[in-house]
Amino acid sequence: MSVFIIRRLLQSVIVVAVMSLIVFVGVNIVGDPVDMLINPEADQAEIARVIHDLGLDLPIHEQYLYFIKNAFKGDLGKSFIFGEPALKLIVQRIPATFELAFSALLMAVFIGVPLGVIAGMRPKAISSRAIMTGSILGFSLPTFWVGLMMIMIFAVILGWLPSTGRGDTVSVLGIEVSFLTVDGLRHMLMPAFNLALLKISLVIRLARAGTREAMHQDYVKFARAKGLSETRVIMVHVLKNIMIPVVTVLGLEFGSLIAFSVVTESVFAWPGMGKLLIDALHNLDRPIIVAYLMIIVLVFVIINLLVDILYSVLDPRVRLKDAGQ
Amino acid sequence: MHFRKALITGAVAALFCMPLAAQAKTLTIGLGSEPSSIDPHYHNLTPNNSLAAHIFSRLIEQDEKQNLTPGLATSWKPIDDLTWEFKLRKGVKFTDGSDFNADDVMATVKRAPNVPNSPSSFALYLKGKTFEKIDDYTIHIKTETPYPLMAVDVSTIHIISDKAVDATTEDFNSGKATAGTGPYKFIEWVPGDRLVLERNESYYGTKPEWDKVVYKPIKSGPSRVAALLAGDVDFIDNVPTIDIKRLEKDPKLSLSQGISNRIIYLHMDQFRENSPFITAKDGSKIKNPLLDVRVRKALSKAINRDLEVERVMEGVAISAGQLLPAGFFGVSPNLKPDAYDPEGAKKLLAEAGYPNGFKMKIHGPNDRYINDAKILEAVAQMFSRIGIETSVETMTKSVFFKRASKGGPDNTPEFSLVLVGWGSGTGEASSPLKSLLATYDKSKGMGASNRGRHSSAKMDAVLAEALATVDDTKRAALLAKATDIGIGEEMGIIPLHYQVNTWAAKKGLKYNARTDERTYAMGVVSN
Repeated sequence: MSVFIIRRLLQSVIVVAVMSLIVFVGVNIVGDPVDMLINPEADQAEIARVIHDLGLDLPIHEQYLYFIKNAFKGDLGKSFIFGEPALKLIVQRIPATFELAFSALLMAVFIGVPLGVIAGMRPKAISSRAIMTGSILGFSLPTFWVGLMMIMIFAVILGWLPSTGRGDTVSVLGIEVSFLTVDGLRHMLMPAFNLALLKISLVIRLARAGTREAMHQDYVKFARAKGLSETRVIMVHVLKNIMIPVVTVLGLEFGSLIAFSVVTESVFAWPGMGKLLIDALHNLDRPIIVAYLMIIVLVFVIINLLVDILYSVLDPRVRLKDAGQ
Repeated sequence: MHFRKALITGAVAALFCMPLAAQAKTLTIGLGSEPSSIDPHYHNLTPNNSLAAHIFSRLIEQDEKQNLTPGLATSWKPIDDLTWEFKLRKGVKFTDGSDFNADDVMATVKRAPNVPNSPSSFALYLKGKTFEKIDDYTIHIKTETPYPLMAVDVSTIHIISDKAVDATTEDFNSGKATAGTGPYKFIEWVPGDRLVLERNESYYGTKPEWDKVVYKPIKSGPSRVAALLAGDVDFIDNVPTIDIKRLEKDPKLSLSQGISNRIIYLHMDQFRENSPFITAKDGSKIKNPLLDVRVRKALSKAINRDLEVERVMEGVAISAGQLLPAGFFGVSPNLKPDAYDPEGAKKLLAEAGYPNGFKMKIHGPNDRYINDAKILEAVAQMFSRIGIETSVETMTKSVFFKRASKGGPDNTPEFSLVLVGWGSGTGEASSPLKSLLATYDKSKGMGASNRGRHSSAKMDAVLAEALATVDDTKRAALLAKATDIGIGEEMGIIPLHYQVNTWAAKKGLKYNARTDERTYAMGVVSN
């Protein structure tokens, strides 16, 4: 197992190195950040000064080497706009995004799996059809539109929930979190559900397919023959077996929840990393874009590793062995 | 409920001609663009300067029409051709309790042009000026040549305490060094989430109405409107034009509109014999027709500005015939928006040798100005009607501006005809004349944004004379004359319209709309 992990780690390092090159060069050939940053009244001399100060007058390979050299020291560059280290700015926003992504993940599991199992057990029932139709909507409606509709209905018309922002936070171990305050939870409900919608639909489909398959398996028939209660059959025998694909997919999807919370964060003005990224893209704040993408690459690499390890725990048939190699 | 109560309280109080009830009043503002720092000298851009004006004062302030009014200086005047004298206000205190005097001004001009990592610096307004402290309440500013724009330049610099002369940008962001003399004092900033100010009780000027101001950055337009409708914020800026008609009808809201100093216009390639995006109708190469002033005038006549304003801008804009709307310093009384005249345009084209028109591709941003891409499409259709086969390409601003400024060979502008906008930061006509129409010249710092490279020795000479004339009346006349030449005679750029900005508030509040597009909590008042 340790050999397996070491090899995976080495592969990950290569992935990260290649990504850094692609990301850095890709981001640096688009547009000119000086046009975005500078006051239009500035004259040519001031424009030249800013270009020089930001290091944009250097050839791109020198800029890249400089970036790599500093990256090893844990410095991913200073934001052009805020003048503060990009890493610090992103790390400040991580709690807000992770909080949102975790809530969305929990919603996906606790809403998606039960609905999927119900739909899988009685596929022809009206309730099951309603669930499946709902999941199609969840898949196909654009996130920003659903988000705006939710704001219109629950904040503007009904006035039940606050429309935007993060609300009250409390500090836990130095990290600001909002899920521990009532106001914070009220602010979180809509964006988390908005973000979870797609994943809920995905989990419903996975759970339904898994359930339909499991119901015909011998071990379920056997469990029934033993006279076990229906609840136990489902809770222990079916649920456990359908969780493998669900965990695999959610593991991968958690990365995308974080990476693509951009839309939800913009609609709900949620002060997370996604909103920081969108603003950085608009203003060509290259250090932030590069640092953000590097962090996302790391998150994906780590999640994939964890999923591989979780497999072996959930399914004893999957062994992380290196037999024959 | 709270709000209704406040309204009734207000009405009763007004009835008895008494000041408003002394309960703590908070104003929550949904802001379209968030400042990048609290440091007043870090980033010379509208959102930052707007915020800085709450916390800091300037020697000279700009009112909502960008007229200059006394701030920390009570008077200013040139005492000879090269020296300006500023008399400072006495008895002003910073929020940290220290007194304001000439040392703070000297510290400010030392720090402002030299902030490390500044993405757009205030050196622009301070270079070529030598500050001298005469006594605690008198400052002299010397220049090497006569400099009429002294007062305008000085009105851009926010005064900090001399204790903060070595403070870093982080010190300002954390509040450590953020002591000012403005109407509000800084409480906290959580980037992306909120920015909180409290009224400065020791402010020397008229104290603002609100005890506490909370800014919430909500970049997305529809979300900002929704937050106002839901009552989560009291006031928003940058109302999307598409929502204006609907919001006007909403009895719970009130809208405030004001013309801005921003003109939307077209730059035309006037420096290449062959313009890359212009060909004959059969695709063969032709000499750049935009070099001919008759063609430029024909293009201007082809545009139905009133229709464009009414349909594309939903009525929220004003047709333009020069660089700044009437009422600003240095505008020409002679220039009106060109009337829509397709026949006249065709005649001019024929005279210039293009009776059958030509083929052209025009470019613009699609996320920078209000309705920018739609305006460009409308303009292209109007050009097509006078026989110029026009196609449109729009792109995101981060890509567009690089290509429009220096995408061509040798860092020249890439496109043949572009749509751009210009807001006059100085609030008078020299700013656009200098940047957009003056001959591009790196060494003089002229024509920095002249993306069509229009060049006219006649206009340059008048402008140069204006920029060396200290007498206001004479300078205004010279600036008007330069505009008459640059636009009236030579059509160096084609003006389309002046932008009108819209703010929206809960019923009972109104905003004194500003021409510089800034959003000031001081400008929000209950009526």
